[in-house]
Amino acid sequence: MAHEAPFQLLHSELIHYICKTADGADSENGRSVTKLENMGFRVGQGLIERLTKDTARFKDELDVMKFICKDFWTCVFKKQIDNLRTNHQGIYVLQDNKFLLLCHMSAGKQYLEHAPKYLAFTCGLVRGALSNMGVKSIVTAEVSVMPACKFQVMIQKL
Amino acid sequence: MAVCIAVIAKENYPLYIRSVATQNELKFHYTVHTSLDVVEEKISSVGKALGDQRELYLGLLYPTEDYKVYGYVTNSKVKFVIVVDSSNTSLRDNEIRSMFRKLHNSFTDVMCNPFYNPGDPIQSKAFNGVVSGMMVQTG
Repeated sequence: MAHEAPFQLLHSELIHYICKTADGADSENGRSVTKLENMGFRVGQGLIERLTKDTARFKDELDVMKFICKDFWTCVFKKQIDNLRTNHQGIYVLQDNKFLLLCHMSAGKQYLEHAPKYLAFTCGLVRGALSNMGVKSIVTAEVSVMPACKFQVMIQKL
Repeated sequence: MAVCIAVIAKENYPLYIRSVATQNELKFHYTVHTSLDVVEEKISSVGKALGDQRELYLGLLYPTEDYKVYGYVTNSKVKFVIVVDSSNTSLRDNEIRSMFRKLHNSFTDVMCNPFYNPGDPIQSKAFNGVVSGMMVQTG
């Protein structure tokens, strides 16, 4: 319970820093979001390495996804994913109804335009974790009402 | 204990390989290289006939006249290979297991080091130390 607050604060400070240092003209949002995503990617790679140290080998992709939804999410966000859906053809949708990093913003539509910045790091986190497990993917996020969000994971088949 | 310890990336190129200095290094490179096929075989058989064989530790890969080769594969498909002298009969399965465990712990630390770039050869001093610890005991 104790270490989620520092993480939350560090995360918002990180976003603040990245957006502030980005020179307004050439990038606006695009480049800072990419930067955040890449940071998440590296963290995800390391974190999954540590978390899967004592687990049995995974059977398949779905097994890895379940691990991300349960153990990985619990480790980072103190709760499990509320809903995991898949079409069994390489698309997974992870739904979190009360996403930790959006919790401290007012619910509703007021800050909706800022949401992408707050989700980029997490998208990278998931992509990095999956990539280290040998699953290449594209992760996107969407928010319709504030503390809830959906991550869509598209697996890249070789 | 060990005469050669190797870490192989998931794309099957070596991240780290070290053997006792006195002996023919090339031979160990060759032994480790050939062991990768056995590792591949063991991983791909998971979920088929053997069912419950989902441990990270793969056990004895194959014995040669002079050496025994043991394998271990992490969830990220990074392989660890330890080559042990056959004459060293006192070495039990448990000890090999704990060697792999130590190696894995140390490797995880390397991976979580923000200055390490995943996929690069391992140059960490701490990791080197752990490996030395396992090799020195040979005497």
